[in-house]
Amino acid sequence: MPEQSSSARGGAADGAGGGRLAVRKTYKLFIGGAFPRSESGRVYPVLGNGGTLLGNAAKASRKDARDAVTIARSAVGKWSGATAYNRGQVLYRVAEMLEGRAEQFTAEVASAEDVGDQEASSRVAAAIDRWVWYAGWPDKVAQIAGAANSVAGPYFNFSIPEPTGVVAVIAPPESSLLGLVSVLAPVIATGNAAVVVASEARPLPAVTLAEVLATSDVPAGVVNVLTGSTAELAPVLAGHMDVNAIDITGVGPAGRAELERLAAASVKRVFAADDDWAAPPVPRRMLAFLETKTVWHPVGM
Amino acid sequence: MKGSGKGGRTELTDSAWQYAPAPQEREIVTIAPSYGLFVNGEFAPAADERTFATINPASEEPLAEVALAGEADVDRAVRAARTAFDKVWGPMPGAQRAKYIYRIARIIAERAREFAVLESLDNGKPIKESRDVDVPLASAHFFYYAGWADKLEYAGFGLGARPRPIGVAGQVIPWNFPLLMAAWKLAPALAAGNTCVLKPAETTPLTALLLAEVCQQAGLPEGVVNIVTGAGDTGAAVVAHPGVDKVAFTGSTEVGKQILRSAAGTGKKLTMELGGKAANVVFEDAPLEAAVEGIVNGIFFNQGHVCCAGSRLLVQESVADILLDRLRRRLGTLRLGDPLDKNTDIGAINSREQLDKIRDLSAAGEAEGAQRWSPPCQLPERGYWFPPTVFTGVSPAHQIAREEIFGPVLSVLTFRTPEEAVAKANNTPYGLSAGVWTEKGSRILWLTQRLRAGVVWANTYNRFDPASPFGGYRESGFGREGGRHGLEAYLDA
Repeated sequence: MPEQSSSARGGAADGAGGGRLAVRKTYKLFIGGAFPRSESGRVYPVLGNGGTLLGNAAKASRKDARDAVTIARSAVGKWSGATAYNRGQVLYRVAEMLEGRAEQFTAEVASAEDVGDQEASSRVAAAIDRWVWYAGWPDKVAQIAGAANSVAGPYFNFSIPEPTGVVAVIAPPESSLLGLVSVLAPVIATGNAAVVVASEARPLPAVTLAEVLATSDVPAGVVNVLTGSTAELAPVLAGHMDVNAIDITGVGPAGRAELERLAAASVKRVFAADDDWAAPPVPRRMLAFLETKTVWHPVGM
Repeated sequence: MKGSGKGGRTELTDSAWQYAPAPQEREIVTIAPSYGLFVNGEFAPAADERTFATINPASEEPLAEVALAGEADVDRAVRAARTAFDKVWGPMPGAQRAKYIYRIARIIAERAREFAVLESLDNGKPIKESRDVDVPLASAHFFYYAGWADKLEYAGFGLGARPRPIGVAGQVIPWNFPLLMAAWKLAPALAAGNTCVLKPAETTPLTALLLAEVCQQAGLPEGVVNIVTGAGDTGAAVVAHPGVDKVAFTGSTEVGKQILRSAAGTGKKLTMELGGKAANVVFEDAPLEAAVEGIVNGIFFNQGHVCCAGSRLLVQESVADILLDRLRRRLGTLRLGDPLDKNTDIGAINSREQLDKIRDLSAAGEAEGAQRWSPPCQLPERGYWFPPTVFTGVSPAHQIAREEIFGPVLSVLTFRTPEEAVAKANNTPYGLSAGVWTEKGSRILWLTQRLRAGVVWANTYNRFDPASPFGGYRESGFGREGGRHGLEAYLDA
């Protein structure tokens, strides 16, 4: 492997040859626009190919998950209240930032997913392009999901899609960046706030994505990223009474039934779709986290 | 308030005029002494021959004995639906499905008065509502969705691909709009190419069984619509049956959550239309006369047995006194009594069980310190009745401000600023509907954006139309019924 592939951990310069000693990164959670450690103080080792240590990731606790939900809830109003044009611009800005960090992502994806640089580079490119695709949706989704309804009476009647609110997202375990972007971007494009549980085994690109989000114009709390044990965190989010919806795609079919049962407590919208992340996206991941509001008003003189 | 029921007296108040009884002829509909389950195009008794009685809640007299479907019967119905889906209804061209559904719409319209009388007898709702609202809307619903059956590729979910039906739909409906809810469930399911097993509510099975007869008259292929009558156990068997691909439920949030738990891990597609505790928000610049009518319609329509009922009146403090004066005066003119009297505004409570629930919650309202008021009102001696009731001095913490009463009971709260109105309106786990009354257009739109509810009625209330999507946010459920959106629930898009 070329030396880039290990640069997530500081690269070849880590050697004892008298070269410069690399400055390593501490991987933390991303909650409310800040990068805290887990309140529990726990970390877990993230291993690459052959068991090389890529880094220690924060191991979020149940309390971290609940805190993230509270923060996400407080971010919904501003983000969903922003104009769709503004949200589109903010998301496009994220794509610009992703592009600027493409090399770093390529290195991290190569280590995380154990692929060569060329394949990693094409997965990163697809992730950036997917983000651009979703950046174009905020001011168009109402035109495909809304309706003017011809009712049999003197009423003006229309239906508009609205974000459901706080959406928990269990990111796919295998595809550390493209899969993550494919499940996160559709949630926030329409004005929801997200609490994401990153891939447990491949969490580091998610933390770097969080750094991108923190340095673009996405308001604090709109995206919150937890790293840690999916089995520990997913039930907390599925059963949380102030989470409106949950995407459990990343859990895998065997673990979904229990989460669906927990989700019933607050009549959560539960979504799972095992998409091929390399395939072109369709709008359904956005539509799954929208509510339809229908408004009536009399027509008269 | 004037009693017009059999047991009530008509009293003079401030007018020399009084209403003479104007009874709708009951004989227009023939009620059989007993009814079987409608499975595979035929009526048959339950396998274990169990039955239950359905009664007229206005008189407590039994109307008919109805078969009680057990698991074996539900299984037979699901198998019939599966066969019909695989062999007949699924492969049938949409244009032909459309014609069958159009026929159903037309026959309901032809036999509208029979349906209306039967609905009022079995449910207790005033004939003017069953005649002018429930039955015409049911027919319209079939008519609307019939036209979709051969246009599904334009419904917008498949993005060019040919949308496919899901399979067998298990549908469980409530007792408040028995025929209309059957129409809301069956029409989109059939248009999309699914077959159905419908479970009507225990206390109101008769119009669904008359609808089964309509299916026969329409020549609908056997097994496409199956109707299994019974109580909660029958509904649970429908929902839990492994041969059911799609579950559609309208009813309480509590039962909805049970269904969600039982369906976990099955991969069944779900739509849930659950409870509500809607805010009806009246601003000081509202057209007050119209608002009073809207409040009355919002909470006393169908005895308040409406999931989207405007059960919390939020009135701006500056007009609270004048509005409540006018509301009380208006309530004094409502006529409670015989559901088959064409002048009746308030009919019977659907069941003893529901009456007990309304009484308990109203008692809790008094116990918590809210002030209770009803117009002078003589209730008929037999049957289940509850007078229109208004609670003032209600705090958001009171049980009557939080829990769905599902009866003719209005809780009045006040607010000062629009922000406070929004906060109070949204202070509920539900999110089905809301009302806004103000002459200011920009304020309507401002509120509309902020109310977390699936239907917002501005300067009107309780309007329904087959073209208009209906359904809730939050614990009021998910999925929509009506309009293009209502098709999505029945398509594998």
